[in-house]
Amino acid sequence: MLQLVLFNLTNGLIVGAFYVLMALGLSMIINLSNVVNFAHGNFLAIGGYIAFVLTPFIGFWGALLVSPLLTAIMGYVIEKLIIRHVYTRNHIYSLLLTFGLSFILQDVCRYIWGPSPLPLNIPADMSAAVTPDLFFITWYRVFMVAVVIVAVAGLFAFLRYTRVGMRIRAGTLDLDTVSALGVNVSALRSYNFAVGSFLAGLAGVLAAGQLGLNPNMGDDLIMPSFIAVIVGGVGSLTGTLLGGLLIGVASALTTVFYPSAADAVIYVIMALVLLIRPRGLLGEEGMLQ
Amino acid sequence: MSTVTTRADATVVRPWQQLVVIWALLLTAPFWLPLVGGYTAVAARVLVMALAAMGLNLLLGYTGVLSFGHAAYFGLGAYGAGLTLKYVAHSTPLAIVAGTLLGGIAGMLFGLLLVRRRGVYFAMVTIAFGQVCFYIAYKWDDFTGGYDGLRGFVRAPLDFGLFTIDITNNGMLFYYFVVVVFGLAVGLQALILRSPFGRTMLAIRENERRARFLGLPVEKHIWISFSISCFFTALAGTLYALLNNFADPLGLNYIMSGNIVMIAVMGGMRTFWGPLVGAVLFVLLQDYVSSMTTNWMSFVGLVFVLVVLFFPRGLMGVLQRKPSA
Repeated sequence: MLQLVLFNLTNGLIVGAFYVLMALGLSMIINLSNVVNFAHGNFLAIGGYIAFVLTPFIGFWGALLVSPLLTAIMGYVIEKLIIRHVYTRNHIYSLLLTFGLSFILQDVCRYIWGPSPLPLNIPADMSAAVTPDLFFITWYRVFMVAVVIVAVAGLFAFLRYTRVGMRIRAGTLDLDTVSALGVNVSALRSYNFAVGSFLAGLAGVLAAGQLGLNPNMGDDLIMPSFIAVIVGGVGSLTGTLLGGLLIGVASALTTVFYPSAADAVIYVIMALVLLIRPRGLLGEEGMLQ
Repeated sequence: MSTVTTRADATVVRPWQQLVVIWALLLTAPFWLPLVGGYTAVAARVLVMALAAMGLNLLLGYTGVLSFGHAAYFGLGAYGAGLTLKYVAHSTPLAIVAGTLLGGIAGMLFGLLLVRRRGVYFAMVTIAFGQVCFYIAYKWDDFTGGYDGLRGFVRAPLDFGLFTIDITNNGMLFYYFVVVVFGLAVGLQALILRSPFGRTMLAIRENERRARFLGLPVEKHIWISFSISCFFTALAGTLYALLNNFADPLGLNYIMSGNIVMIAVMGGMRTFWGPLVGAVLFVLLQDYVSSMTTNWMSFVGLVFVLVVLFFPRGLMGVLQRKPSA
């Protein structure tokens, strides 16, 4: 029993870490641009596929570094070409636009790499278990969590200490003032979108190493990421971080006791949070209303 | 205020020619459709999708609130009708009532949690609630059929005591049955839009803050509008189950919600008949493209992107040449 709980707990933390990476990117884009990016899961898939293409040439480590960067560039270009046109319009258009975009990107992946799952090769010694008693904790899993921690710490440092990061935070609070102070808001939104895409790409490489690749690999992650954002509270990245871990662990622990409710439990958590604390765990007053 | 009234008049009070053309086409569809290579089941599907999108449009186009989760109520309607036919009674009207109530009441309950959210957050929460229903239908195998969908029911003939109408085997009679239900539902929608309540919805859409200052209980109105819209979409869902004799879990998925929103936008969400036009375009496009290529997803996605970027007012919106806010 203890083994089972531990197994699911680590699973939950790892899945939660993915939710966090995805949800942080989503959350940043929502905060600054008011766009819910439906295609975020497809950015994740593309990050994974780029790593698949690059691994034979530069190895897993190189791909882990380069693939998120390329995903970020792709995100930047897509934002510049398509998404920025809907910022001033009704929300419905940004939703439909990214929704259509997600269809296209998914089909592109299927067209190029085929519908069947592909493996992403990770360094062999990383698939070994850390200790024989806890056979399920492979080095790769430890490594994934470590990467997510580094990435999240890096993101918070970026937002705190760099000029662009500070502007992004300021823009989240009051975009008009930031614009009036002479910051190029349009460029800022593009950088912000690129950072979000970077996180999705990184999550994609990590997920591909564990689960393999398929064109709709992002679909299972996008909904929980939405919920992580809602539960954590819109406007608060720390909240998103907490929300992602919470629903990851909650859903994994439910698997131990009542497996068929594992997907439903995250929605129950969301409903409870909305009922008791409508602005989310750490949301700013008024932001969610 | 003057702009509000003119726009409302332009959309709610429609020219009678429009009405005549639309109903003439709908009533004669089984006769001219085969000539242009269509079949009656497609026409019924168009009407069903149109009704779902018109239901959504009460909220989207007339109250200015975006739900991206209406597939939930559509699907609940379908499952409600299917389950009634399968387990309760072999009666089409009962199935319709039960399905509509199931979807509508679910909408009322979810609506209570939703009404204080706005804009993109409202949309996100509606998506999430939609997915709850999807997972329930997906996981509850022995009751809902899970991944394979709910099978094993057929629509029952309409029994009027003195005579029965066999809509079970006769596709054309079933089409006219759908036309009648569609007509009643759409008539009811028009009445709602003309009522003081309908005017209040427009007021909230045009300027929520002003409506609030005037003392209108905005949350309550949005909740009522959301609930009404869910009832109509659920009604469309019941017809969908009757049409296919099948309820599909994918009908509950957020992709279906996106399609319903797209139908409304494509046709013109600020016009009364827009969603019907959108449904014609969407169903034909989906049928045609999926028969031509396996990459239909890219085409549908591309249409979404192009419509949003270049035709955000939709076909009817462009035709009417009215400014859209």
